[in-house]
Amino acid sequence: MDGGDEGVVVAPIGDESMCSNGGAVDDPRRPPASSGKAAAGGGEQMDLEAYVALYTGRTRVSRLLFVAERCGNEGMQLEALRMAHDEIKKGEDSHLYREVIAKTGGRLGPLYALDQTWVDMVDRRAEARKEKLENELNSYKTNLIKESIRMGFNDLANFFYAHGQLGDAFKNYVRTRDYCTSSKHISQMCLNVILVSIELGQFMHVSNYVSKAEQTPEQLDPITHSKLRCAAGLAYLETKKYKLAARKFLDTGPELGNNYTDVIAQQDVATYGGLCSLASFDRPELKNKVIDNINFRNFLELVPEVRELINDFYASRYASCLEYLENLKPNLLLDIHLHDHVETLYTNIRHKAIIQYTHPFISVDLHTMAGAFKTSVAGLEKELEVLITDDKIQARIDSHNKILYARHADQRNATFQRVLQTGVEYERDVRAMLMRTNLIKQESILRAAKKL
Amino acid sequence: MAMESVEAVVAHIQGLSGSQEEVAHLHALLKQSEDALRSQAARLGAFLHQLDPSVHTLGYLFLLEAYSSDPVCREQDGDFLLSIVEFINSCSAEQIRLAPEKFISVCKSFKDKVMQLQVPIQGIVPLRTAIRKLQVSSEQLTTLHSDYLLLCLLAKCYKAGLSILDDDIFEVDQPRDLFLYCYYGGMINIGLKSYRKAWECLHNVITAPMTTLNAIAVEAYKKYILVSIILNGQVPLFPKYTSSTAQRNLKSHTQPYIDLANCYATGTFAELEGCIQTNLEKFQSDSNLGLVKQVLSSLYKRNIQRLTQTYLTLSLQDIANAAQLKTPREAEMHVLQMIQDGEIFATINQKDGMVSFHEDPEQYKTCGMIEHIDSSIHRLMALSQKLGSLDEHMSCDPAYLTRIGKERPRFDFDEFDSVPHKFL
Repeated sequence: MDGGDEGVVVAPIGDESMCSNGGAVDDPRRPPASSGKAAAGGGEQMDLEAYVALYTGRTRVSRLLFVAERCGNEGMQLEALRMAHDEIKKGEDSHLYREVIAKTGGRLGPLYALDQTWVDMVDRRAEARKEKLENELNSYKTNLIKESIRMGFNDLANFFYAHGQLGDAFKNYVRTRDYCTSSKHISQMCLNVILVSIELGQFMHVSNYVSKAEQTPEQLDPITHSKLRCAAGLAYLETKKYKLAARKFLDTGPELGNNYTDVIAQQDVATYGGLCSLASFDRPELKNKVIDNINFRNFLELVPEVRELINDFYASRYASCLEYLENLKPNLLLDIHLHDHVETLYTNIRHKAIIQYTHPFISVDLHTMAGAFKTSVAGLEKELEVLITDDKIQARIDSHNKILYARHADQRNATFQRVLQTGVEYERDVRAMLMRTNLIKQESILRAAKKL
Repeated sequence: MAMESVEAVVAHIQGLSGSQEEVAHLHALLKQSEDALRSQAARLGAFLHQLDPSVHTLGYLFLLEAYSSDPVCREQDGDFLLSIVEFINSCSAEQIRLAPEKFISVCKSFKDKVMQLQVPIQGIVPLRTAIRKLQVSSEQLTTLHSDYLLLCLLAKCYKAGLSILDDDIFEVDQPRDLFLYCYYGGMINIGLKSYRKAWECLHNVITAPMTTLNAIAVEAYKKYILVSIILNGQVPLFPKYTSSTAQRNLKSHTQPYIDLANCYATGTFAELEGCIQTNLEKFQSDSNLGLVKQVLSSLYKRNIQRLTQTYLTLSLQDIANAAQLKTPREAEMHVLQMIQDGEIFATINQKDGMVSFHEDPEQYKTCGMIEHIDSSIHRLMALSQKLGSLDEHMSCDPAYLTRIGKERPRFDFDEFDSVPHKFL
């Protein structure tokens, strides 16, 4: 039952955790969970286990909570909440624990009820540790040893981060800046701040600190470099600058490996980079930077659908490209960074496909085109109308015969028209100006006369 | 001099209307006898017949003005209109220009009488003659211009108004004349459906320099909004040379029209109709209802025009759907009307129910077009020369130089100073 339900290749770790939980308790919710997974949609169902295994640290919990919120499927939701709960119990964040318990609302059975003793223990431990750290910090401050003060602030910030107080963590990381002595310290500080900012969703800080980190005089090691690129890419993605985001993701070297899993997984780099570049690059750039990019190929291997759909787009196999996109869509909507950009990116890609399709032809039969794009002729006509009005395609639709004709503007006529128009406007403006000048002169004469 | 009798004045007039110095002398005498004339207004009618308007223009004018300013005389005299018309036709222009206010007041009472008798059409030709005689140059605006246009409007003789409107106005005696003139000019152009010229006139009203808001500007702005919508589909922002009074206050007095403009921008017919219905009484009381109806029909036109940019051929049914018309029949009628007005280039194929849109057939290759371009170039060059000479003239003006001198940057002693010192 456990292994057979997953539609996608399951990492071994997933099986074990499923077994250990399922075997121990007779849990009534098990049948709905598994049937829920199989029943929701024809496309590949998101495999929570495999998905979450890609990440470490706090982002695991955030992503699970996000999936629980958005998936709209009770079984999956409960599954996500359960895994989040387990994850949190391993850490020290009591606030998040309480939140998850509240969301669960007792649906997961008695084992997942609020464990007040654990909460109290964690809080007490936290209090004690906080006092200790603060005392240490004060003593370091009196000693005025830069390095120890920096370490002190760092430890305090780490503590806050583990305990879920992200704002305080952020503040303390920023405070270490004054005590950094080497560029290694600076880059470490920047990376910490970036991590917290991403968690907080404050991408302004992310871009600031990425540029700060890149400005260090010494050469950064390649792993840090890749991390910074990913962070920058995420910041651009968030601010909808898809072209720049794509460039950043494409420049990420394969050294990234699994070193940045507390923010982003390699599959994500491939997906984000692939989709953004498809939505915003033109054809030569797409070929050079994506298809022929050896480094990026390593990432694309991990997400074969994205690789296939980019190749299909380049080779003008639009139907299959759009099909891949549709299949990826449900999972992408559950991704914490990409979800609100999915629609825009998809529309952009579709429009680009249509424009690319019509570009080489003088006339295009709308029936064949509708077949290539798996849509009806009427719908296609509407889309074309929008694109023509936005001046993305220079063409005219012959609605009677359902043909699209390319149309090139007559430059000579257009120039004449513009010239005559400019002349008319000039005349009108100058005449009005001369009259107004005269009026103002009269007024000033009047005023001067009154003064006298 | 003591108050002279009317007979003495008449004698003076007859005697002193020869040369220019005599006329100047006469003018002085007449000015002093004004009160006498006014008090004896009733008797003046008889004396008028003794004088010849073409020779004794100035004197005649003074007598006529005193006569016409008396309301009793105006009412009783059946030939009042005739006598003024005769005077206007035969008077001499130079003598009139010595006493322009009198002439203007005579014409004004003429206009009032014509309006009172509800025969504005009778006043058109005389007033036009009057304007031509009063003007020093055709670029000058007189107070009579607005009266003339008002009569044209009332009589619905719009073409007559065009002959005066076509003159470019550069000199204005009284700034407030301009407001009425441009406003009426705008209305005449609207009546002739030349919306572009109407827009220009109304634009001049609202961008004219003004320190306090006046009602003419408010009314003009209302029409301006409607005409802008018909022409361009939207209302442009105030250009930077608009006075701050206008920019701040005009919008608050014309809210229903601004709502209409916003409604139009969204493009659905039903909403626009709804908007018009809610503000119906206001539009009616401003007598703008006709224009508002035209705004409504312009919405269809704009939608159809957008279609010409996208389609080569389109069925009437699709046009009806796209432009939110009810039946293909209506669509056909609209398209036909637009083809006739020259707003689009198309052919209707009734058998298939299809409309084919064509490009603008103008190739800019005909002799007529070349001449048009050539004359435009000449006209614009003359205009720009005028502008240049005005600029030169102003930069020599002492007041301007004094002002510039005060604000100029301080240079070193031996550097070239842009302003001569005598102006500082």
